[in-house]
Amino acid sequence: MSDEKKFRWVGTRPIRPDGIDKVTGRAQYGADFALPDMLWGRVLRSPHAHARILSIETGAAAALEGVHAVMTGQDLPDLFAEKAAASGGHDDSNNLAHNVMARDKALYHGHAVAAVAATSREIAERALELIDVEYEVLPHVLDIPTALAADAPLVHPDRVAQGIENPEPSNIAKRLEMGHGDPEEGFAEADEIIEREFSTRPVHQGYIEPHACLAQTTPDGRVTLWSSSQGHFMVRDYTAKLLDIDLSLVRVIPAEIGGGFGGKTTVYLEPIAVSLSRKSGRSVKMVMSREEVFRASGPTLGTRIKLKVGVTREGVLTAGEATLHYEGGAFGGSSVGAGCMTIFAPYAFPHVRSTGYDVMVNKPKGAAYRAPGAPMAAFALETVMDELAQRLEIDPVDFRLRNAAKEGTLASFGPRYRRIGCVETLEAVRDHPHYSAPLGPNQGRGVALGFWFNAGLQSSAGVNLNPDGTVTVLSGNPDIGGSRASLAIMAAEEFGIEYEHVDVMVADTHAVGYTDVTGGSRVTFATGMAIIEAARDVMGQLCKRAAAVWDVDAERVSWHEGEARLDGGVEPAPLSLAALAKNAGKTGGPISARAALTARGVGMGFGAHICDVEVDPETGKVDVIRYTAVQDAGRAIHPSYVEGQMQGGAVQGIGWALNEEYVFDGEGRVENPGFLDYRIPVASDVPMIDTVIVEVPNPAHPYGVRGVGEVPIVPPIPAVVNAVHAATGVRFCDLPLSPARVLARLDEAQSSGSA
Amino acid sequence: MKRHISTTIDGEALEFLSEDGQTLLDALRDVLLKTGTKEGCGTGDCGACSVMLDGRLVCACLVLAAEVEGASVETVEGLAEAGELHPLQKRFLEGAALQCGVCTPGFLVAAKALLEINPDPSEKEVRYWLAGNLCRCTGYDKIIRSVLDAAADVRGGAG
Repeated sequence: MSDEKKFRWVGTRPIRPDGIDKVTGRAQYGADFALPDMLWGRVLRSPHAHARILSIETGAAAALEGVHAVMTGQDLPDLFAEKAAASGGHDDSNNLAHNVMARDKALYHGHAVAAVAATSREIAERALELIDVEYEVLPHVLDIPTALAADAPLVHPDRVAQGIENPEPSNIAKRLEMGHGDPEEGFAEADEIIEREFSTRPVHQGYIEPHACLAQTTPDGRVTLWSSSQGHFMVRDYTAKLLDIDLSLVRVIPAEIGGGFGGKTTVYLEPIAVSLSRKSGRSVKMVMSREEVFRASGPTLGTRIKLKVGVTREGVLTAGEATLHYEGGAFGGSSVGAGCMTIFAPYAFPHVRSTGYDVMVNKPKGAAYRAPGAPMAAFALETVMDELAQRLEIDPVDFRLRNAAKEGTLASFGPRYRRIGCVETLEAVRDHPHYSAPLGPNQGRGVALGFWFNAGLQSSAGVNLNPDGTVTVLSGNPDIGGSRASLAIMAAEEFGIEYEHVDVMVADTHAVGYTDVTGGSRVTFATGMAIIEAARDVMGQLCKRAAAVWDVDAERVSWHEGEARLDGGVEPAPLSLAALAKNAGKTGGPISARAALTARGVGMGFGAHICDVEVDPETGKVDVIRYTAVQDAGRAIHPSYVEGQMQGGAVQGIGWALNEEYVFDGEGRVENPGFLDYRIPVASDVPMIDTVIVEVPNPAHPYGVRGVGEVPIVPPIPAVVNAVHAATGVRFCDLPLSPARVLARLDEAQSSGSA
Repeated sequence: MKRHISTTIDGEALEFLSEDGQTLLDALRDVLLKTGTKEGCGTGDCGACSVMLDGRLVCACLVLAAEVEGASVETVEGLAEAGELHPLQKRFLEGAALQCGVCTPGFLVAAKALLEINPDPSEKEVRYWLAGNLCRCTGYDKIIRSVLDAAADVRGGAG
């Protein structure tokens, strides 16, 4: 908004290059590949939450006609055991290896213990039934209080906590602490202090496409993988590391990805498929069932947060203190660090302290989930902010504005903020007609603010100029939500050519330079920077070619609106991209460029949501009846896909707030591993999601881009919960707000006469 | 025992051998290599495998392959006619109604079924008709708008 530069393509809404394949069924996702010699791989999973594996008898399965390979954890190399032992049990590679397939112990209901490859899925399934595993069932721990009890069974008896002095073995994998100032001093200055405890349940990312891959191996050690993931370089690196293969021998071809939300930033099937392929000498395809997705992939797990916030009578925050416990699943590794870093991030707190504990429980190994760790922290903080505003009788948006972080504010996680759009986002909420619209009976309105860092990381890109003047762009990031379009827009903008003359290919690990995962809201920002750099390199080459044609110094030639101009003028006639491309062979050869970088200057993101609900006093059912999401995108390269991120994140967060949770039985088994019983929002559950894109450009990006994908899931939970409070007078500190839970609290409030 | 099945898929007469217990979805994807129809759950809960079976909207994962003997099956792969996109496909592209796109085939088939029986649906009717199709990326907003826009196109005779 502040930048007056006029763009031709940036900010427009052209059709995505891969769109046609995705509306006609041509696009190939993880499960859509096949080879003539292909076998089907299936995994046998633990029926117990915690059990010692005494023996695995595979003879009968191997003898079944049509079975070509059977494997157990013993068939995988144990490469990281020494390193893990030396570090008190902590080694990410060791954890990953043991999560891919259990060795001595099964650590959760669904943990892989064996696998087979057979000529059909049905034969593979029958073979699994013939594998005889002898288990010694062990006592399990399923939640934070049980895991922290003095006599708790230990998930890993040999493991000691990091971040604690002289630790005894426990279920705490890690403790961390951060902050600034002295919270005690801050609380002493406060006129109002609120202290509350919050809890959230495990939820799944819920991508519609199950994990899937196809592995082909050769006797000389080469591996080709077709895989659906958020990063084929990640798949290559993890698979090679777990199986001790040279990276140059592993080629991963990215499938289209059917949703990830962080959950496809690790491997589950690929090392197994490669091992089965090597054992059988055939290619092996593996596809998880939906039940397996729920039992063995993702999720983000349960949390408990104790939060204390102090404020002056004038509504100025004086101190914040939080203790966060996050379940990390069977191996630890929760997002509690990000929870600690983000919980106080949106505001200028003079004194803050966050203490986090990463807790091991007998549940699946947690995976990243969109702004990992932040939505639970925002639930706690933004609910307390709402209550403080109520107590001080200040408008909740005004209260937030009085304390909002801005450029120069000392962030609770360490640095001082550069240019951010927190204030502008809140102002847009305050000024939106939704915020002042009338409400009906049993209805209430909530607002909440959310923050996410966004990521930079490593990206590579290639730009090839074709002889007809079109441009092919190579990216190393799977396109999870329209990024081919945003990358093509930036390339077309740079060159000054038609958008339709740019095509973007997601290239495999042998065809483009190393690129980190499609995650951290980084693709349009970071891979976009690599493409812009490569495009500018190509334009530089084009100017040199033009200079050679005109026989002038290259410095006198510059690139404007798709053509090389001498001294910026029109004499001699400028040389267009098409003309220079056509003659490239005669002026020095083909023109292409590559760029590889670690993107610096990431633009941190803020979003604020307004949610209206109607609560049915008879049933406790909460309906979201109006919703507006506001977010600083820095600059929206393709506004439709920015809006799409905001709308999708909002609805995902609404599901988390109102409905979604894993249900475990007394034996630690998942009782709802399917979309019927783990109910994500459907079209009839939600209204249109209105969006307002605020643009406070990120000065470190050529077009001002901030990441946009993750911020939108941070505000919805507290926005919904605050709206339910406004409608009912009841504050909820435990998710989800399912009808039964809401009704029970409404009845309780009514009988005590407080609502 | 394998059964010999003769059927029509997207207007083309086809024959294939079906295994006992094989679903239509597996026959489409694994036998006929028509992978445009997607599997999200295999239990009829997500709608990604929506197809038309003799004019009726079904989840292909809940139909046995043997049931399509003599029947007509329409999938997303037959939605565009002679290279001309269906108005729903055009509107989904223009309206950015897909992000990852894996649910899109099912939404398109289900939405076409709606427009055939109700060419002028309200927003609420579209939302309830499509409540059996899960999308985790979009929050449904742009899908619903695109279906409403396509309905107007169809009524206006476009496409």
